[in-house]
Amino acid sequence: MAEPILSVRDLHTEFVANEGIIRAVDGVSFDVFQGRTLGVVGESGCGKSVTARSILGIVERPGRVTGGQIILRPADGPPVDLLKLPAKAMRDIRGPEIALVFQEPMASFSQYYTIGNQIMEGIRLHLGLSRRAARDRAIELLDMVGVPQPSRRVDEYPFQLSGGLRQRVMIAMALSCDPRVLIADEPTTALDVTTQAQILDLLRDLQQKQGLALILITHDMGVIAEMAHDVAVMYLGRAVETGPVGEIFSAPRHPYTRALLRSIPTVLAKPRTRLPTIEGSIPHPSNRPTGCAYHPRCLEIIDERCRAQEPPETGAATTRIRCFLHGGAA
Amino acid sequence: MTTLLEVRGLKKYFPIRKGLLRRVTGQVKAVDGVSFTIRKGETLALVGESGCGKTTVSRCILRAIDPSAGSVTIALEGHTVDLATLPRRQLRPLRRHMQMVFQDPYSSLNPRMLVGEIIGEPLLINGMTDRAERRARVLALMELVGLPGAAINRFPHAFSGGQRQRIGIARALALNPALIVADEPVSALDVSVQAQILNLLLDLQDRLGLTVLFVAHDLSVVKHVADRVAVMYVGRIVEMAETEALYHRPLHPYTEALLSAAPTPIPGAVSHRIILERDIADPANPPPGCAFHPRCRYAEPRCRTDRPEMVEVEPGRHVACLRATELGLRGIAEMT
Repeated sequence: MAEPILSVRDLHTEFVANEGIIRAVDGVSFDVFQGRTLGVVGESGCGKSVTARSILGIVERPGRVTGGQIILRPADGPPVDLLKLPAKAMRDIRGPEIALVFQEPMASFSQYYTIGNQIMEGIRLHLGLSRRAARDRAIELLDMVGVPQPSRRVDEYPFQLSGGLRQRVMIAMALSCDPRVLIADEPTTALDVTTQAQILDLLRDLQQKQGLALILITHDMGVIAEMAHDVAVMYLGRAVETGPVGEIFSAPRHPYTRALLRSIPTVLAKPRTRLPTIEGSIPHPSNRPTGCAYHPRCLEIIDERCRAQEPPETGAATTRIRCFLHGGAA
Repeated sequence: MTTLLEVRGLKKYFPIRKGLLRRVTGQVKAVDGVSFTIRKGETLALVGESGCGKTTVSRCILRAIDPSAGSVTIALEGHTVDLATLPRRQLRPLRRHMQMVFQDPYSSLNPRMLVGEIIGEPLLINGMTDRAERRARVLALMELVGLPGAAINRFPHAFSGGQRQRIGIARALALNPALIVADEPVSALDVSVQAQILNLLLDLQDRLGLTVLFVAHDLSVVKHVADRVAVMYVGRIVEMAETEALYHRPLHPYTEALLSAAPTPIPGAVSHRIILERDIADPANPPPGCAFHPRCRYAEPRCRTDRPEMVEVEPGRHVACLRATELGLRGIAEMT
């Protein structure tokens, strides 16, 4: 396989709170390849969104990245560690190299500017186009993401658009500077299912046409099954299992992945059937259990080791796991 | 089984006011002629996307808002009453028979009240003034929904989303209501917690014989709880059937599209997906004929002019589509 465009290695991001230091991201590693989709899946508090923000260098105070590497391999030039870049150089990465699609398109736009002006801002800043050329480019982008009547819509304000159209505009904006890596953080969570199908279809289509490397962050295993080539399953700040989508779904190895897959409601179930559940609830990240963070809910806990020690990450480059059931000497 | 609730021709129009004089310039037809029945002990799911009117229907049934037209008759203690037209004062003593479970377990519990007070409040309001008696009933309810008794003296903020939803369910059950309206009760919860609450609802229904109107946008969740399903689109029910029949062989093209759009945790299942064009119609300005025709891949010229009425095409199967019997749509079996 080709070299990954983006490699995250042992990333740590912490927040200082009243309860003490919260390790929101606690040693996450993964690779992202051109033309492929990495699905990052997990429930609330697992650190998936903070991981995305750490990559882009937009973690909000009082959070900060405290360790690890984020290696980007630009099209021309040597690999760079984004965590070592000065703030000004990082600005040239956001947009032309890595772009982000947010979950809530309404909250992520300014209400006071037309969508055209908001798309043009990035284009003019990064690509140095004239106003007129930037406007033409904005219309072209809106057309590409399937916004009907783009030359009229370009002058509208975000509140004039439906949720699905707003998310299309958000994607157009993210793609405006031709990024090579697109991070989509729950891009369809706020949308209806028929609209979600449209947006996922659009993302797949754009990826095929442009060879984008896509990091898709979601809580929905159904979306992962549909979109991802590779999957990282996160729990309380750690990637507990990473691997190709086929393997993760057909032969999940980590007890959390297995339990999560079993507990998903689907249209294929028999009517009125009880679902297997995961006992208890997700602990608050400030109250992380000792040892393996999943052990209080784990049905396959082996011995004292799970309670006392954190399982190391084992396995090959593409399939990794953190569980004493699958290696990791005491 | 006997009928508990019968909704007939329910309509709710919201006026659109414009200008200095706030003159009414149009109507948003949020609910435009909805009819269904719920039998005792049954769960009927009302499914649709945002703006389809499903929540407005449930609010009309509870008389949180007044319907514009139609009737909502409920059979209580041997006689039936029309909730849609009853004066507010006569409605009040009946409210204990209809309780609600809300979507957001964070905003639906008063953060300044203890869990015991939250669950006990409906009891207190309805005349259970004896403290010890109330406490005993609250503890019994907490056990019923799987909350530890020690939680009675704690505030809601000490609990996770799933446990808060249990508190909300205990509160709804406190008065032994005849009807529970659950509006998206699991959509704000994490997947691993969702399953717990869905199972709890199934258990409670078996044990207490609850009658439930389950309002949801998610056909996957609905499959696990509903006996029958009614699918809404722009203010009307387009299809209603037993759960298995509806998923197995949908008769309305919108149901087919909704089923195919539901993400399934099977890699590769997506190839059969139907992608609908455009957005959901605006209920202030719905298309003529069948409201779904601009997005329907089976639409004919007559669909643009003739509005399909709901017809019972087979026993227990209702559908509002001019071509319902001739299409042969795909169900879940053909989608994987």
